[in-house]
Amino acid sequence: KSSVQTIGEEQIQNPYTELLVLKGHQDIVRFLVQIDDCRFASAGDDGIIFLWNAQTGEKLHEFHGHTHKITAIAPFSSSDGTEEETDLIITASADRTVIIWDCTSGRQVQKVSCFHSTVKCLTVLQRLNVWLSGGSDLCVWNRKLDLLCKTTHLTDAGISALVELPKNCVAAAVGKELIIFRLSASNNGSEGWNVLEVKCLVDHQDNISSLVCVNDLTFVTGSHVGELIVWDALDWTKQASECNFWDSSVHPDVQPEIKLSQSPNETSVQHLTSDEECVFAAVGKGIYVYNLQMKRVIACQRTAHDSSVLHIEKLPNRQLISCSEDGSVRIWELREKQQLPAESVPTGFFNMWGFGRANKQASQAAKKMQENTPMYFLELVGDLIGHSSAVQMFLYFGELGLATCSADHLIILWKDGERESSLRSLALFKKLAQNGDLQLKF
Amino acid sequence: MISAPDVVAFTREEELEDDLYREPPLPEEYSVPLFPFAGQGANPWAKVAGSKFTRDFILISEFSEQVGPQPLLTIPDDAKVSGTFDLNYFSLRIMSVDYQASFVGHPPGSAYPKLNFVEDSKVVLGDSKEGAFAYVHHLTLYDLEARGFVRPFCMAYISADEHKIMQQFQELSAEFSKASECLKTGNRKAFANELEKKLKDLDYTRTVLHNETEQQKKANDKGYYTTQAIEKANELASVEKSIIEHQDLLRQIRSYPYRKLKESEFHPYEPECALDRADVGGDQDPTASDPAEPGETHLYTHMPSYTPKLIKAKSAKCFDKKLKTLKELCDVYFFTQTLDQLHHIERTFRGDVCYLLTEQISRALLKQQSVTNFLFEDVSFLDEKPPEKQYRGCQGLGQDAIDEKCSEESLAPKVVISLGSYKSSVECVPIKMEQEMEDSEEPKMSESVMSEHQENLDYLDADIKGSISSGESIEVLGTEKSGSGLTKSESQASLPVIPSPQAGRSKVGSRRTVSEDSIEVLSTCPSESLIPEDFKASYPSAINEEPYVDDEEGGLRFTPRLNPGVDDGQDDVSKQESLVQVDAACCIGKESPNFLEPLPELGQKLCEEDGVVRIPPQPYRPAEQGLRGGFPSHDGLSGGLLPYELDSRYLTGSREVSKSSLDECSDSTSYISSAASTCSDRTPSPAHLACAAGERHRKRAGQNALRFIRQYPFAHPAIYSLLSGRTLVVLGEDEAMVKKLVTALSIFVPNCGVYAKPVKHWVTSPLHLVDFQKWKLIGLQRTVSPAGVNVLHALSRYSRYLSILDADSKTLRCPLYKGTVVARLADHRTQIKRGSTYYMHVQSILTQLCSKAFLFTFCHHLHLPISEREPEESVVNRRINFLKLQLGLANEDIKIVQYLAELLKLHYIQEPGQGGNPLLRFDYVPSFLYKI
Repeated sequence: KSSVQTIGEEQIQNPYTELLVLKGHQDIVRFLVQIDDCRFASAGDDGIIFLWNAQTGEKLHEFHGHTHKITAIAPFSSSDGTEEETDLIITASADRTVIIWDCTSGRQVQKVSCFHSTVKCLTVLQRLNVWLSGGSDLCVWNRKLDLLCKTTHLTDAGISALVELPKNCVAAAVGKELIIFRLSASNNGSEGWNVLEVKCLVDHQDNISSLVCVNDLTFVTGSHVGELIVWDALDWTKQASECNFWDSSVHPDVQPEIKLSQSPNETSVQHLTSDEECVFAAVGKGIYVYNLQMKRVIACQRTAHDSSVLHIEKLPNRQLISCSEDGSVRIWELREKQQLPAESVPTGFFNMWGFGRANKQASQAAKKMQENTPMYFLELVGDLIGHSSAVQMFLYFGELGLATCSADHLIILWKDGERESSLRSLALFKKLAQNGDLQLKF
Repeated sequence: MISAPDVVAFTREEELEDDLYREPPLPEEYSVPLFPFAGQGANPWAKVAGSKFTRDFILISEFSEQVGPQPLLTIPDDAKVSGTFDLNYFSLRIMSVDYQASFVGHPPGSAYPKLNFVEDSKVVLGDSKEGAFAYVHHLTLYDLEARGFVRPFCMAYISADEHKIMQQFQELSAEFSKASECLKTGNRKAFANELEKKLKDLDYTRTVLHNETEQQKKANDKGYYTTQAIEKANELASVEKSIIEHQDLLRQIRSYPYRKLKESEFHPYEPECALDRADVGGDQDPTASDPAEPGETHLYTHMPSYTPKLIKAKSAKCFDKKLKTLKELCDVYFFTQTLDQLHHIERTFRGDVCYLLTEQISRALLKQQSVTNFLFEDVSFLDEKPPEKQYRGCQGLGQDAIDEKCSEESLAPKVVISLGSYKSSVECVPIKMEQEMEDSEEPKMSESVMSEHQENLDYLDADIKGSISSGESIEVLGTEKSGSGLTKSESQASLPVIPSPQAGRSKVGSRRTVSEDSIEVLSTCPSESLIPEDFKASYPSAINEEPYVDDEEGGLRFTPRLNPGVDDGQDDVSKQESLVQVDAACCIGKESPNFLEPLPELGQKLCEEDGVVRIPPQPYRPAEQGLRGGFPSHDGLSGGLLPYELDSRYLTGSREVSKSSLDECSDSTSYISSAASTCSDRTPSPAHLACAAGERHRKRAGQNALRFIRQYPFAHPAIYSLLSGRTLVVLGEDEAMVKKLVTALSIFVPNCGVYAKPVKHWVTSPLHLVDFQKWKLIGLQRTVSPAGVNVLHALSRYSRYLSILDADSKTLRCPLYKGTVVARLADHRTQIKRGSTYYMHVQSILTQLCSKAFLFTFCHHLHLPISEREPEESVVNRRINFLKLQLGLANEDIKIVQYLAELLKLHYIQEPGQGGNPLLRFDYVPSFLYKI
């Protein structure tokens, strides 16, 4: 029995009526990164990086070099001013190496293998023309792969997420802690940088699982136990926090069963994304929309998928796409609700579950925030079924479509069939003209 | 698929009835008695009834030097086939029209016997008394023991239908030439072997004689020669002469270049030893300057088992000697090859000529539809033979050159003489006149070339003279493998530059022999050696044009006579002529373009158009320019769609186009042309009939499909699924039943690529998304095991991409269909009984769909805005309007055409070498469950 909302076979708003299966990977595909308007790279547990054309699905390059699975990937378009811009990608792998690849030539540019631990995250600071690698320590590199500076050994677990903040700062999630580092130019060198730990924030109860920058003033973190904290990006103070993504008051009768089957995963903040107004959180199987102004959850879909939501993204047209371990991709639309029928409106009530810790169980009462502000809800407008295993990530290419990668080793390019059809017509007439078959005879 | 023979027969009948109604009944005294054989259940179109044999067969006869003409074997080898037909008598007839220019023996001026490589002669012979008509192919095989070393044979295709022979002359000729080539190749091998043995014998004899002479010399000290000694010496001398003669023969037989075989595209298997032999032959030199040194090493190396015999001085050719059989004359392998080929011919030309012609025409037309033919046609045969390539090639080389060639050819009188007397005479024997033509040209040519090389050629003088003076049509042929190594141009280019024997000796045998043979080429086939290979393919068609002139003068008129069912022959001819002049494009241009003209009922229109077939099918000759392959088969059709794209007549009247274009080509190559006895072996065969297996498959599939649509009331949505590209899964426990259903449904599956239908007959593992990209029709096993659960789970997961036909519970889960096309395609009350007929019915409707899809795809303004400011919506509206109003498609039929159009686009855009990513298109439409 599933309480997941389903949509029938008739999906008028779903534009994706054509698909291309891109084969190449031999293991789980975990990462997709966009390189430019029509290219993207994919990487996964087989240690191979593929470069694809998002329009045709053509495999452009294959990068072999890592011996273990890829742990992080970041695009890095560098411009020296003298040379023309080259598109690079940086990949980190469990074999404790980082390789820079040239997307144009398809060749390996440089390789670093002096790491003591696996690099788990990579961040490129375009502004400073440096990139950072986060593992058990934080290293700062320039684009020539010179190590500029590094921190001391932090923890064995290492940095799990990095985000750039204003004023040459970065926030690094290290276990439960959130550490702010600042990069400053060193005195003894033109290109020397120093990295200093500025602040350590310990507000999370559990490991920080996601970290996202909303705008220049705000960033958001989410933890494994469903805490969501909104931080000021300038003085690193807590602006707001939501601790309980579980609303017990609305479904009092179903609560007991769910409690039994509840696992930490169910409330873990898997992924965060944001636009200017809202933060969208993938929490367990559900999706929550948190409004930064109102400082509360304005809409949610508690069981958006059959299992954990792994990635969500906001589209420009008020739509939201989510993918999940259940192998499906769903398209949601954030709609305003005129009236509030009390029983079905997901409101911003939170309840913290202790997850086996008795002291926290049901102890915190939900605070009621019943306001007269307009309510929203997430309407399912389409789903994409193609993968036979967990969909790890997806990339939205706008008109070109949507690329999804999955544990079934496949990447699927979902396309708008109408658009493709007319593009093909265009190509056809172009070719006709080329072949000289188009000699009009009136 | 363009027109089924059943359909033709049926409509003709209708026409006949109509005529009877229209005209007042004839007075009693003028009434014609009923067809006398009608009672036997024979159809009136089959002329077999008048003859003594039941069906066409192939007869091989020999003109034996001992007993005269005798039949050797028939194909099929069945006494019933020939029935009461007198094979002996007919053998006499066919052997008596041998116009081969065989001349073997000692030509005047030549020291040695000369082997002439005679070109086969091809003759059509009729015997109205016997009711038999035959294509007769004469060929000459070599036999050392035969008189003049030759054994005349002939192969005859005997049919009761004269038109079949006449119209299929080119094809028959091409096919029989292959068989003949095969026989002759084997024969040359065997003959060479025989010669080698003989040479060994002679050598041995000479040694023995020499020894005896020496002994006599020693024993005889009287100082004068005894008569015995003189006799011995004479004997020795004659043996030596014989050796030289045989060596010369061996050289000649080996010197046969490979050109012939290469051109006929028929590569009989060459045993490995042939190669070895050629190489060994290279080491040993038959044309060695010292004739007293025979090729012992050569002989002993490759035939160690042979022990030479002593040859009696006068080995008389006796009548009691047993002549070699055909099998012995040729290598056994080649003999069986030939028989296979003959069986193939028999199969290919089996059946009514109407059927053959229809088949050929539809194939030829199909080849041109390179844009759409991949969808529903079996295009495998298109790759089989590329006869068109030659034409494309020569078009590329320039039409002028061909025209030049044509006019040059037409100067020569190569008309069939006896045509005028055909009706009255018992037999029709076209007489070949090429030789004269060649004679007139060749001496001049060869002399001019040879004068340059006179000094080199002195030693060959005798040969040259021999061949020149003979003036016969001598083909330069080849047995040796190494000969194939030479490209044509190379061998020809090297002709005038004749190397000295010393130079030749250092090379392989064939190279050396080329020098010898080139002289023959020059002396006999001057025209050929000057024409580039590419042009040669085209000049048979040039030959064909001449008899057309005769048409007016009451030569052979097959058109009226061909159709006893069509009452008014004159009318027919005139109609045909009028059609001839109607160019497809012109015809279209006459129609006023009217964008808004709605399409009337398609089906009705079609019936009107197609109801009557007035013009008999005509042999298709691909030489016509307008009909060349490639996309713009009708010049206007590709780009100039706009003026007539919306013209309903054009939409439905695709047959008219084909008709007129056919007539177009037939005006240059009239029927009579086939009566001409063209000697060219290079006639490309325009159509190759599909293999029997494909035919059988079609029949079975058609039968199963017929059963399916009768048995399942929900056949329409199932077929719609297939046509619209939604994968249909046939689920069932019983493999045989599922496979049967899959076979039945496979005829509705459009091909996504060129290579194979996307049909998978039997799958046992769970399906995956990738499978739906590859396959559009899948037979899936239903099991109760846990694995089976996975299978069903996958089905339900991907149900939006699938239609599921449950063969066990007889249910279908698929989207709704409310269109009309499928109803016509699969009417469960159809009167069609036979599988093959139904298959053709399906093909014809699918072809209509294809043509609609083609129009839809290639209409520029349907997909692109007319002006830059035009919004996308108006283009979409126009598109929908076109589909609905102009193409007359309703509801879901639109999706079928759209899908086919998508396939066409993909096919056209796709680069040839590049496979392209298979994409899966789908719709978000609800499915329904159908039950019986």
